[in-house]
This record gives sequence, structure tokens and C-alpha cells, in this order.
Amino acid sequence: MGEPGTKEVLNLEELEASGGMMTGRRHILSLLVENKPGVLARIAGLFARRGFNIDSLAVGPTDDLHISRLTLTVDGAAQPIDQVTKQLHKLVNVIKIRDLEPAECVARELALFKVSCSEGEARAQVMQFTDIFRGKVVDVSKRSVTIEITGTDDKIEAFEEMVRPFGLIEMVRTGEIAVARGRGTT
Amino acid sequence: MRAVDALIECLKAEGVEVVFGLPGGANLPTYDAFYDGGIKHVLVRHEQGGGHAAEGYAKATGKVGVALGTSGPGATNLVTAITDAMMDSVPTVFLTGQVRTELLGTDGFQEADTIGITMPIVKHSFMIQHPLELPRTLHEAFHIARSGRPGPVVVDIPQDLSRADIAYEPADDVRLPGYQPTTEGNQKQIRLAAKALANSRRPVIYAGGGVVNANAAGELAELVTADRFPCTCTLMGLGAFPASHPQWLGMLGMHGTRAANYAMDEADLICAVGARFDDRITGKLSEFAPRAKFIHIDIDPAEISKNVPAHIPIVGDAKNILPKLTAEYRALDTDSSRLDGWWERIRGWQEKHPLGYEDSEDSEIKPQYMIEAMHEATGGEAIITSDVGQHQMWCAQYFPFQRPRQWINSGGLGTMGFGLPSAMGAKVARPDDDVVCLAGDGSLIMTVQELATCVTEDIPVKVFIMNNGYLGMVRQWQELFWDRRYKAVEMGASPDWVKLADAFGALGMRVTDKDELLDAMKTALAENGPVVVDVHVAKEENCYPMIPAGQAARDMVG
Repeated sequence: MGEPGTKEVLNLEELEASGGMMTGRRHILSLLVENKPGVLARIAGLFARRGFNIDSLAVGPTDDLHISRLTLTVDGAAQPIDQVTKQLHKLVNVIKIRDLEPAECVARELALFKVSCSEGEARAQVMQFTDIFRGKVVDVSKRSVTIEITGTDDKIEAFEEMVRPFGLIEMVRTGEIAVARGRGTT
Repeated sequence: MRAVDALIECLKAEGVEVVFGLPGGANLPTYDAFYDGGIKHVLVRHEQGGGHAAEGYAKATGKVGVALGTSGPGATNLVTAITDAMMDSVPTVFLTGQVRTELLGTDGFQEADTIGITMPIVKHSFMIQHPLELPRTLHEAFHIARSGRPGPVVVDIPQDLSRADIAYEPADDVRLPGYQPTTEGNQKQIRLAAKALANSRRPVIYAGGGVVNANAAGELAELVTADRFPCTCTLMGLGAFPASHPQWLGMLGMHGTRAANYAMDEADLICAVGARFDDRITGKLSEFAPRAKFIHIDIDPAEISKNVPAHIPIVGDAKNILPKLTAEYRALDTDSSRLDGWWERIRGWQEKHPLGYEDSEDSEIKPQYMIEAMHEATGGEAIITSDVGQHQMWCAQYFPFQRPRQWINSGGLGTMGFGLPSAMGAKVARPDDDVVCLAGDGSLIMTVQELATCVTEDIPVKVFIMNNGYLGMVRQWQELFWDRRYKAVEMGASPDWVKLADAFGALGMRVTDKDELLDAMKTALAENGPVVVDVHVAKEENCYPMIPAGQAARDMVG
């Protein structure tokens, strides 16, 4: 097939379409973008007008002060991920996009949970869960405890389920960040 | 030198010969630089006119069109033209004034968040934050506007920065790490596409505005004639393949010919070049070209598989890819007789459903006849710009375009009022060509103020008004789909176009009789200055064929 001028038959029926399909799984997109005013607005605006949904977004500096890293999670069941990445590539300030497969990256998120509990049994149980999830108590008051948990989003969701019955006053999540496993860069 | 003088030098370095603009407080320094800067400036009567003129200039030449506006309302008046340039991929740079940096964000006089407002409708935008940035930023703006998939770039220049003194150094490189358009197509994919074409029995080559942007009409013709490939073009691609050629199917899409739409419907292989499967072409997507596989050649990777999944995608510049594809195809030495059956079918459609209309028996002027008269009066050679509506569709159907950059209209956004100012821009770009603006009476009133620009600046465009007293396309839809419940479509008899033209200082003419039309048009074309010809046409003519919105191409009416 690769040789020029060869007449190997190509059956049109065998041609398969590429792209435009939903993968059905969550995608973590790690973007390197120029550290310039308005870049975040351009990205958020792009998602809004194309009807793409951002599940979470975390952005911060890299070791190069002209470049920031933006980590987005997107639901691949709701929108075609190749359109999302191609439209992002069109933005002049977006330098590089990596679609990280769950198996090939380390992803972490930080969450703060303010749980309602007074003295006694409830508080002891909450502290026990905190230990099990390797969390840290960062604030305590007469009727509440604030806990910091880091981990994958599954772990954070699991912790939330465990402490909800006690009375979850509020919770704040940062959104995931991720790097590729191994020696290479993301 | 002052940053604004450096701005003029930058424009000259980019090959800019003329800009269209309107001054204001925020860009006074810029206008001082233009006083003796050596670049022609055309003062327009509304920034939108300047924006569309820049578009007309760009579409007529392929060069970057430049429009200027001041801050606040000057910039917001450009929004329609910027959006139009975005939708039709027109290489343009819009230089907007901005309030002094210390007033930014304070709701200052004539302050508007131009960058914020235009963010979704530009290819890219820059606000100058330091006067030293100006030369590099401008160079990058022009680079982005004209390369890859062309588009509008906005450069917002705060008033105080433009006055500042800088040591001007021309920038000859760009620092855009995130912008690397692909121009060379993948050779393996091209080979695959050639084989697919060789094995197809019912192929169609579908070309769009991208072929015109790429200046690849010659290369397209080479591919189409490498075998007996049927060729159709979109509204934006008209002229990319000569309409007189026997392999021409006519325009496709909502008001395309039946032959072109049936051919797409029954094709087994569609080779799309510089076209994006817009909804005007596809009709109901789930029923579009059900038997076809798709080769999609486009410089914008985001268009591939956006609407229609591509089986053989090829990203790159059509001007580079088409000759390689033609060479690969020729090397395969295929048997052209495999297309005999397909052509028999196509000729059958062309004979059974030709494009046609019922001409009047009396002196009434049918709109389609007006287009034919325009073609005859101009010898088919003029640049034709159009407004938006039925007249635009009839012109696309009945005026056979033989070369690119002859037909200039607003396709993607469909902006009424585009015709006259873009004709102005086209005439400034190509003064030796006849430029005719085909306007609807509804569209022309929207930007008619630019007649003053044409008269004052001596830009002799010829405006032919297809006057039916209605917002024709809306009236047609209300007739066909809303039980003839005409609402808000009657334009009435105002203005008297002849008197209005005269008031502007242009020659006004009126034609109501079919037998006088051709001569009137010829007279208008021979006149030295701008002319407006008010042609009264049949009031309730419908534009057919038509794929009703959201329906399949094969269910055309008319």
C-alpha cells in the first residue's frame, strides 16, 4: 500500500472513519500555555461557546516563568475529546496538550472537609477515618473538625462518602493535577 | 521615533498599501502618524463599513486587509465585521484604539473591553502593554492573520502607549511557540486518497473557500481533470473551478443545483478540499451522503471530523497537497470508463432538473433575468460582491464564475450590509477591474452611508439593487413554512433610491422595464463615478431548489 504507483486494490468499504467519537471515559488534559494575561479567559471561553463541559480545572506556574500549566478534566462520554483537543490547539497561547491515560500518569487532588462533630464517639470516628485515609486534621473547634486529604479523585470521593453521615458542613476541592509516569516530561 | 510612527513602518514592512478607518480620541496619535506616513487611508462613514472594506480588499487580493477604529464604540462597531472575517476565514488585522493605561478598567470615556468582547470571534488578539512591544506584536498579528487558516486579528493600542518614544527595530521573526500550522500533507495519506479515488465508481470533488484562500484553483483543476471527476463548489468556493467546464456540477447545498446535491447523496467517495461540511451543505447530518466515504483535505485540523467523520484526513495547505495527490493519482493509471455509468446518471439529472425559472411574458423583471443581464452587461468579467438574501442565492446560481476572487460575499455569517463596503474595498484593491455590488433593498440600507465614502474618495463601484420591496429570503420562508403569515418583511417604498444616490453625489438610475435593463447596466458600467441602479423585480419570486432546514439533501423542494 505504501509504494507509489502500485495498483493494490483498496476496497472503499474497508475504509474506517477516524475521529469524532466519544471515548466514554474521563480524560485528564495537561496543557502548557503561555503565561500571558487573558489565556485562562480564552480557554474558558472556548469551552463555553463550543458547549464543552469542564469537570475541573487547576492552573499554576511551572519552572519557566513564561509558561503555566493547566490541568483540565473532561468527560469523554459527553463530548468528542478529539474536538476538544483540536479546538484547544487552535488557541495561539496553547503550546502543548497531553491527554493523560489514567494508567500512564500520577494524578492527585487536594480537598478540605469541614465535618460537624462534637466531643465523643462521632469525633473519634471522624479522626479514625482521617487516619485510614492518611489525611491531616488542620483545624478543630468545639463542634467541627477540618480535614485535609490528598489523593486521587476516587479516594477523595470515598472519604466524602464516609464523613457525610456525620454532617458535612462544607468541602473545597482543588481539581486534579497530574504528571506522566517515568522519566519523560508530561 | 514615536510608537505610532513605528506602527506605520511596520504596516509598510507587511506590504500594507491602504487602510480603512475612522478616527477618535483614543487613536489620535495614530492618525497623526498617518498624516505624512505614506500609507493611503480611506475615511469611512461607519467602522463596520471600514471592516467590511478591509474584508473585500482581502478577498479580492489574498492580502491582509486592515481596518482602524477608535476605542469604545469604534471597536464595538467593528464587531460584526470581525465576526464575519472569522466565519469566512478572511486575513484581516483590526487596529483599535484604547483608553490610556491608567484608565483601563475604570469605565473611562469611550472605554470598552475590546479584547474581552472580541475574544470568541478572533483568530487571536493582542493588547499592547508596553510601547516597545509594538513592532513585534504587529508582525505577529500579520503572521497569524495570513498563515494557516487565515482569520481576523485584533490589536488594541492604548492611547498613551502609542505616543511613547521607542527605538524602532523591525521584527522579522515571531515568537509564537503555540502556533505552528501544518502546511505539508502526509504523503502516506495522500497516497491512500489517490487509491481511494482510483477505486471509486461514484466520486465527487467538493471544493470550498479554502481553495480560494490557498490560491489553489489551478491545482484543483489539475486534480479534477486528471480523470473525469465531477466537481462542485460551495458558496464560498464559487470560481475555484470554472463554471463553464463540462465537469462542473453547479453549486451544492441549500440552494444548490439538484444534480450537485443528488451526486453528493449517491456518491461512494467524496473528496472535500478546503470545505467544512457546513449545515447549508449537509442538511440533516444523519442523512447526508449515506453511501460515501470521505477524504478531507483542510489546513485546519479541527475541521476534520468535526461534522462528518473523515476516513482519509489530510491536514495541510491545499496548494501543496493537491499537486501531490494529482501526481499519485496519475501514477495509478486508472481506467476512466469506470465512471461512465456515473456520468450517465449525472447527465440524466442535469437534463431532467436543470436550473431554470419562468420568465415573465410582459415587462416585469424576474430576479433571475436580472442576474443574466448582469452577466451579459459585464461580459462575465467583473468582480461581483453581494449582500445577503435571495439576490445572493440567485447570483450564486445564475452567474457562472470562471475564476476565483471574482465572487465576494458573506457566507458563514451572512451579514446583510456586506455588499457595498466590500465592493469599496475590492475596487480599491483592483482599480482596473469593474466592481459591481449586487444589493437587496433590505441589505443596502444597512450600510448605504458608505456611498459617501465612494463619492468622496472617488471609488466608482456600481450598485445594482434587486428591489422587490421585501426582506425576500425571510418572506420566502414565511411563505413556505409559516403559512404566508408575513410579518415584518415589507420594506415599503422608502427610500427613493435614485434621490438618495443623488443626495450622496452618485448617479442614480431606475429600471422597471425588462427591455431597458441591459442598456441601463451597460450605461452604469461605462460611467466614471459610483452609480446606483434601482431595479424593480418581481415581488414574490422564490429561490429554488431549496433543501428545507434540517432536512435531507435528497428532499429538495422546487
